[in-house]
Amino acid sequence: MRGIVKSSAYLPHYRLNRIDITAFFGSGKASGTRSVAAHDEDTVTMGFEAARMIVSVEGKIQPEALWFTTSEPPYMEKTNANVIHSALQLPKATSAYDFNGALKSGIGAIKTALTSNQTILLVQSDIRGGLPSSPDESQGGDAAVAFLIGDANADQLLASYLGGSSETLEFIDRWRNPREKVTKQWESRFVEDAYLPLIRGAWTEALANSSLKESDVDTVIFSGQNDRVKRQAAKIITTERFQDNVASNIGNAGAAEAGLLLLSALEHAHVGQKVALCSFNDGVEILIFEVASDNEVVNPIEHQIKNRSDLSYGKFLQWREMLPVQPPNRPAPSRISASASKRESDWKHGFIASRGDQSGLIHMPPSRLSIDETDNDDAMLMQLMAESVGKVATFTVDHLVYSQNPPVVFAVVDFNNGGRIPIEITDVGDNEVEIGMNVEPTFRKLFTADGLHNYFWKVRPIRSTKE
Amino acid sequence: MASNGIKDKVAIISIGCTPFKEHWDKSADDLLIDATTQTLRAVDMTTDDIDAYWVGTAQSGMSGLTLSMPMKLHGKPVTRVENYCATGSEALRQACYAVASGAYDTAMAVGVEKVKDSGYQGLNAFPMPTAGTNRTLTAAAMYSLVLPAYAKKYGIDEDELRMVVAKIAEKNHYNGARNELAQFRREISAEEICNMAAVAGKLSIFDCAGVADGAAAVIVVPAEKAYEYTDKPLFVKALSFVSGNGSGLIDPEYDYTTFPECEAAATDAYQQAGIDNPQDCIAMAEVHDCFTPTELILMEDLGFSQRGEGWSDVLTGKFALTGELPINTDGGLKSFGHPVGASGIRMHYECWLQLRGEAPENRKIPDTDKNLGLVHNLGGYPGEMVSFVSILGTEIG
Repeated sequence: MRGIVKSSAYLPHYRLNRIDITAFFGSGKASGTRSVAAHDEDTVTMGFEAARMIVSVEGKIQPEALWFTTSEPPYMEKTNANVIHSALQLPKATSAYDFNGALKSGIGAIKTALTSNQTILLVQSDIRGGLPSSPDESQGGDAAVAFLIGDANADQLLASYLGGSSETLEFIDRWRNPREKVTKQWESRFVEDAYLPLIRGAWTEALANSSLKESDVDTVIFSGQNDRVKRQAAKIITTERFQDNVASNIGNAGAAEAGLLLLSALEHAHVGQKVALCSFNDGVEILIFEVASDNEVVNPIEHQIKNRSDLSYGKFLQWREMLPVQPPNRPAPSRISASASKRESDWKHGFIASRGDQSGLIHMPPSRLSIDETDNDDAMLMQLMAESVGKVATFTVDHLVYSQNPPVVFAVVDFNNGGRIPIEITDVGDNEVEIGMNVEPTFRKLFTADGLHNYFWKVRPIRSTKE
Repeated sequence: MASNGIKDKVAIISIGCTPFKEHWDKSADDLLIDATTQTLRAVDMTTDDIDAYWVGTAQSGMSGLTLSMPMKLHGKPVTRVENYCATGSEALRQACYAVASGAYDTAMAVGVEKVKDSGYQGLNAFPMPTAGTNRTLTAAAMYSLVLPAYAKKYGIDEDELRMVVAKIAEKNHYNGARNELAQFRREISAEEICNMAAVAGKLSIFDCAGVADGAAAVIVVPAEKAYEYTDKPLFVKALSFVSGNGSGLIDPEYDYTTFPECEAAATDAYQQAGIDNPQDCIAMAEVHDCFTPTELILMEDLGFSQRGEGWSDVLTGKFALTGELPINTDGGLKSFGHPVGASGIRMHYECWLQLRGEAPENRKIPDTDKNLGLVHNLGGYPGEMVSFVSILGTEIG
């Protein structure tokens, strides 16, 4: 049987209260929150954070390919999936590809994976925004999801794929040129009129391809940017619509939205239920699944929705580079070295330290020779640190250092199973940190120089189910 | 420790220092020329009279050309050295060894730093190409880790300890206010410092060394020839240097209340000089007060205070200008300023003035039978540090 073997979602820690936007402009109505990627996150780091949960939990899952999808790729030309591949420490023989740009790429990658015969790790991640006060800014949300798609017995699948359909038609709905930050859209009444016949055709076709009647389907999920289209779709597809809290708490995650809604629905569904995922982005895509097992979800969306900190609208605008602010009077960092980064890739991307062959003393960063004289030269062993948990031994707050988001909170962290490192703490207020606080490594973007993103590790307070 | 030392083999016969300040109108070349000519003229020497030169600078020049070109030297060997903030001391150490070896009869060490041309605040290291995984924390933040660690270890209230280190800044500003070469010549109270905004941990900007341009120079000769140049030479009793292996960064046992490299360098220096109890024979010391907690820890690492008692010795005034063991009588890095390559030689300059009784009346140490001075100069951070200690004396033996 083919379907979803594992799934996970990653929500960044910060939320913007939409009412803060309307309060700032003194007009409009708003409710709920949207998720916000931190200043040191991008779609690659968020995608990795989602993927690591399903790769690390199993430990032995070895996908044959990793497909990364976003509408906001940190790099063009250079393959973003390679960074995630490296951070996950996947074997060289595992291929890594980007399916980026269009919002439809998200659902398209899911469908293509389901209809191929490989074991594929899908990583879908997006950062959404728009001009200040725009609906895109307010209703967008930042999130990542990961799915492992493959063949397994029903009891080892979360959901099996029953069938689906596509209706493709060229018309102008939303568009953004490669060098632009803001999306434009055509009048929604025209857009609605363009979608409706496609929805009718696709729904009929999807049911036929799955050998189902409409009454067999328990839940339907609507994904897309246009709420008017979703409302009209509900008149065509009368199956009960999934009542999610994603839109009100997280927002619309663009290329990752379909995946996020599917994952959220699967968290609430029961074995045997049939779920139809409908995407309205430049055409219609429908995928129908049957929930195959009640396997426990790692760090469920509900849990992540609750674990959050509020972010001010000012910080949001600053992080999105919509509001230039005074930089620190320190030299900006230099670009990273490609050759040094390749040599140190295990440490830089995988957070792999070294360990004395006799003493067991962990060296971070990894060291060729040991500080402990009992260890043999050139005999250090690899020591995986990415899944370690540690405690803050001591910390300080640095107002002087160059940062996109000063001050920097820096801690000396002792890991519970050995190893010490002085390292930055992220996703935390400078008055929240205390000695003894439990922390875990998280993969972040430290800075960008000459267009090169410097990915490396920080720690964050433990707020996941690991605690 | 396996060092034989060169006790009483080499003497300092002249030493000079420029004002340390924001020298907007002087280049590194100007500062080098000022310090070098001042030091030569004091003993009626010319550049040709010096056999070999060492020039110390962290990032104001590369190679011996840094000195030989502005000074228009003729066929002289010049070595540029760098050892973080201990660069000036390192230049002197190499010059002393060259003379002690018999290779040269006269050697000069010059330290210089032109830091204020960058347009940025603070000290900013020249960036080397890396994978971007190195720590980016400022030195102030690294040293700020000392305070909570020390407070916890010795059961002192953190706010009280914060006041203790502010007292160190107060003392050094008091001394610096009486030093016409110093960058900051205003007295400031510990209370004022405590009321300032924190920039790193609990430290304010007044817990940090001044950032200044400046240069200093020193001439060394074989001890037996010293009196040919001056009536009051200073004899080199000890020179030690320890470069750490970074264990403090990875060892969970390291607790940020000591700098092992400094303790080891002091132990070596005392052994070279034949000193059992430094407090019995050292008249004054210049130590590396890059940040106020650094000076607190150094009092214990150098054996000037018992472990856990440095803070109370600070409060009793033991290290004040008129105290039992005056420390940083010229204002230290805190008030004199810190042109990285020059600071180590500047510290020896103050020993020169105090041990020869030539310091200005308003900052002269009390009369004493003790005739040794100590210089401690470090570079780096807690956990990964280089440390220098020298001991100078007015007499042979």
